[in-house]
Amino acid sequence: MSFINYASREINCKIVYYGPGLCGKTTNLQYVYQKTAADAKGKMISLATETERTLFFDFLPLSLGEIRGFKTRFHLYTVPGQVFYDASRKLILKGVDGVVFVADSQEERIDANIESLENLRNNLKEQGYDLDKLPYIMQYNKRDLPGAMTVEELRSELNPTNVPEFEACATTGEGVFETLKAVAKLILIDLKKGK
Amino acid sequence: MSNPTLVMYEEEFQEVNEVIERLLKEANAKVIFLVDKNGQLISGVGETERFDTTSLASLTAGNIAATGGLAKLIGEKEFSILFHEGEKDNLHISIVGGRVILVVLFDNRSSLGLVRLRVKKSSEELSAIFEKLMKKSEEREKRGSSDFPFAEITDDDIDNLFS
Repeated sequence: MSFINYASREINCKIVYYGPGLCGKTTNLQYVYQKTAADAKGKMISLATETERTLFFDFLPLSLGEIRGFKTRFHLYTVPGQVFYDASRKLILKGVDGVVFVADSQEERIDANIESLENLRNNLKEQGYDLDKLPYIMQYNKRDLPGAMTVEELRSELNPTNVPEFEACATTGEGVFETLKAVAKLILIDLKKGK
Repeated sequence: MSNPTLVMYEEEFQEVNEVIERLLKEANAKVIFLVDKNGQLISGVGETERFDTTSLASLTAGNIAATGGLAKLIGEKEFSILFHEGEKDNLHISIVGGRVILVVLFDNRSSLGLVRLRVKKSSEELSAIFEKLMKKSEEREKRGSSDFPFAEITDDDIDNLFS
């Protein structure tokens, strides 16, 4: 749910990065944080355990610039990927405007990807959202690893509805901004339609 | 969609600010924020420049969401007030009208009792304003969103953001 403030001429939107544990959601945000000019970003907050696993969420506010005199701000969130943090994941999806699903390309993680994607769909449904109607991007991460499945294989398992998809390697930053731009664009187009 | 877009207009924004400015004085608080339940900062008054308001808003909403989850687990609808006591500064967090979060930061120049009392009064006023705002948004939506700032943007406008 975006927030439009006519008084301060701002539009705020919420993007959530979803995916199985250790797929690279936090790494996506860290790369965006590192490569964004200081005046366009706020502080990145990570609520993580001592072993740097996400406990509740990561948060990164970004301002992209102005459209027709309105400042556009995007709030990027990640969810904790580990299965048992489901209650926390549901909370973070509240008020979401767009979703990035970060899939782990390694063959041994395909079941975890499928489970997480189903979990995303169910959790959205509980909040009254339909994944097929939300701005939604698929990212195949860890393309650099030797055990990576082909994009065709991943697509047939994870992207039957053919939403826009990107190959990525979040540690080097490949595909990270392409993914972010794509989801931001879908959200703005959605807003334009006045949903 | 379950959550309509929250729209804030100039008139209500001023009304909201008047209420929280008054609360700031009456409760002897340092800073007051209004945050949407999804973590978007609506407004802030007082010594706001000393704080990272965006992060505060997001964490407050996360806090309310987590506490709300706890409440449901024990069969409560929600916990409408949270209080965090620090060595110097304290946070009084409350839910207004079911959808907005009021955050009052105060130190030993005020007291929990005073803050609670003043917050209660202001909450009613704020509830009324947000109620009015919701109705206004609904009415505008019914009439068609002609004054929506995004209705006329082009694909080029969007692309330019990323250039």
